Amino acid sequence: MAIQADSRGRFGQFGGQYIPETLMNAIIELDEAYKRYKDDPQFNRELEVLFNEYANRPSRLYYAGKMTEDLGGAKIYFKREDLNFTGAHKINNVLGQALLARKMGKTRLIAETGAGQHGVATATAAAYFGMECVVFMGKTDTERQALNVYKMKLLGATVVPVTSGTATLKDAVSEAFREWTSRIEDTHYCLGSVMGPHPFPTIVRDFQAVISRESRAQILEMEGRLPDAVLACVGGGSNAIGSFYHYIDDSDVQLIGCEAAGRGIDTFETAATISTGRLGIFHGMKSLFCQNEYGQIAPVYSISAGLDYPGIGPEHAYLNDIGRAQYVPVTDEEAVQAFEYTSAVEGIIPAIESSHAIAHAMKIAPGMDRDRILVVTVSGRGDKDCAAIARYRGINIAE
Amino acid sequence: MSRIQEAFAGKKAFIPFITAGYPDLETTKAVLRAAQENGADLIEIGIPFSDPTAEGPVIQTANVRALEGGVTTDQVLELVEEVRRDGSVTVPMVFMTYANVIYSYHEGGDGEADGSDGSDRGRYGFCRRCAEVGIDGLILPDIPFEEKDQFEDACRQSGLDLISLIAPTSEDRIQMIARQAQGFIYIVSSLGVTGVRSDITTDIGAITAKIREVTAVPCAVGFGISTPDQAARMAEQSDGAIVGSAIIRIIDRYQREAAPYVGEYVRSMKDALRS
Repeated sequence: MAIQADSRGRFGQFGGQYIPETLMNAIIELDEAYKRYKDDPQFNRELEVLFNEYANRPSRLYYAGKMTEDLGGAKIYFKREDLNFTGAHKINNVLGQALLARKMGKTRLIAETGAGQHGVATATAAAYFGMECVVFMGKTDTERQALNVYKMKLLGATVVPVTSGTATLKDAVSEAFREWTSRIEDTHYCLGSVMGPHPFPTIVRDFQAVISRESRAQILEMEGRLPDAVLACVGGGSNAIGSFYHYIDDSDVQLIGCEAAGRGIDTFETAATISTGRLGIFHGMKSLFCQNEYGQIAPVYSISAGLDYPGIGPEHAYLNDIGRAQYVPVTDEEAVQAFEYTSAVEGIIPAIESSHAIAHAMKIAPGMDRDRILVVTVSGRGDKDCAAIARYRGINIAE
Repeated sequence: MSRIQEAFAGKKAFIPFITAGYPDLETTKAVLRAAQENGADLIEIGIPFSDPTAEGPVIQTANVRALEGGVTTDQVLELVEEVRRDGSVTVPMVFMTYANVIYSYHEGGDGEADGSDGSDRGRYGFCRRCAEVGIDGLILPDIPFEEKDQFEDACRQSGLDLISLIAPTSEDRIQMIARQAQGFIYIVSSLGVTGVRSDITTDIGAITAKIREVTAVPCAVGFGISTPDQAARMAEQSDGAIVGSAIIRIIDRYQREAAPYVGEYVRSMKDALRS
């Protein structure tokens, strides 16, 4: 089915296990545990109950009729991951990993977070399973997402503000790896995206693949055919790979990942890895990274804290390499316009991350015939972004 | 026997670590010379990286400061060339850095740009440059046994030793790693990242015993060592001691004047290994 990593965790030349020796046995243990449980009927039954009863799955595939009419081209469907419990796709992966960690006898979850969505989801799962939880978050991000910091604490998690490096998502990932190196026995690192050393890119993808498993069945039910294109935003790339996965073998379905271009790919204030990065080794994987001529990881920028990462998951780098998926840059301004447009026209406030995918749909839909179909993943809801977008428009509101 | 192994012959080796370019390259040069004069048997030089994931706060900060000062990989190579050319540092020197620094050297990378065509790019080009300036080996904390082939080949072609690391969690992996080890084996004393520790609880003796069953390659212990007593205790159960954060702390304190203080410290540590 679709594409699988080879035995060394590689998608083509991308992926691998570039981690300190101290973590190797932990990673091997995780790989073995995942192989044991991924096809285990009992494990999958438990996960399905959690998905349906706790996380509010399946998520709706919603026909965005007003937008479709207004744009006057392809029919636009939203895969509503924003309606999941905790407000984003992150919960899919977290429930899977928390269940796996419990089966492995781990009692403590650690996680990195950018916008705070993965941190909140991990804190939620830890509360549900009665596990200890520590979330690493760049200090800059704790300031721009203060509400999520409060939520994590309310859920019983400890939030550690990370001040090293650029004090954003990449530094939170580094710090979570450092913490895992110092405490392995009882701790599972609940990585939030399809990145890091093997088997994380595969584990996270498999738990997120529920998005396309559902949307594929839903669109066949509603339209009697597959969509012409599937669009999703890409930072590390977990909602995108989940949105693409069950369409990879359907070569007529175009797969489009929307990267955060920040102020533009011709500026230094960008996080568009496929557009501006090159091959490197970082955070446990060989993939594409924004970096300077000496291989120093570049500071990246996006209005969206969730896409503010200098790398991309190895499977995306591979899909790009073989031409199976296309990756396009979307600027802050385009994303903010989509955020405002979707709110006004559909009555749906999407996350600023998801707004990058909607923005690209708005670009291509008008030029397509009316019988064409686009499925856009609304990976999260935008409540968390309202204060920041208001600020972007020069309005100061108290949260 | 490689130059690195000769550094362990008939004695317990003391191995200081210095982040190149912190606070500046002139100071690094002076510190290297002071380390040699005061009895360092081998010197580990850190090439700064933006995101040193195996390091604790002390060495992280040194990396950031060096990069803020504009230090580049090429400048670090030139620095080594200089202290070799004037004969002021003759003991073996190894680079400690992260895979991407080497992989992306001069915007190298896989395939045509890996330097295997004889160019100065990528890992092959980097290793050739290392051999030219007088570097004896590489330590890459984010390259475990399973990923080492692509770097080992580049090292072999230029006559460098790729140093293997063994951790307290290595267990059933110890002998697999030791069998293919070159130069010396870096035993990581504790879980976690680099940094000064008051107590090291890992049974180093048990690890070295397992290593000895399969190889005669010398073993040095690093991570957490700062006092002469600790160094002596670690070296009793191995062939040497590696100290990083404690030296960077001295440089933190004395900045451009640090060389004689680092020298004094190196002497005290080396004395502890002699007794």
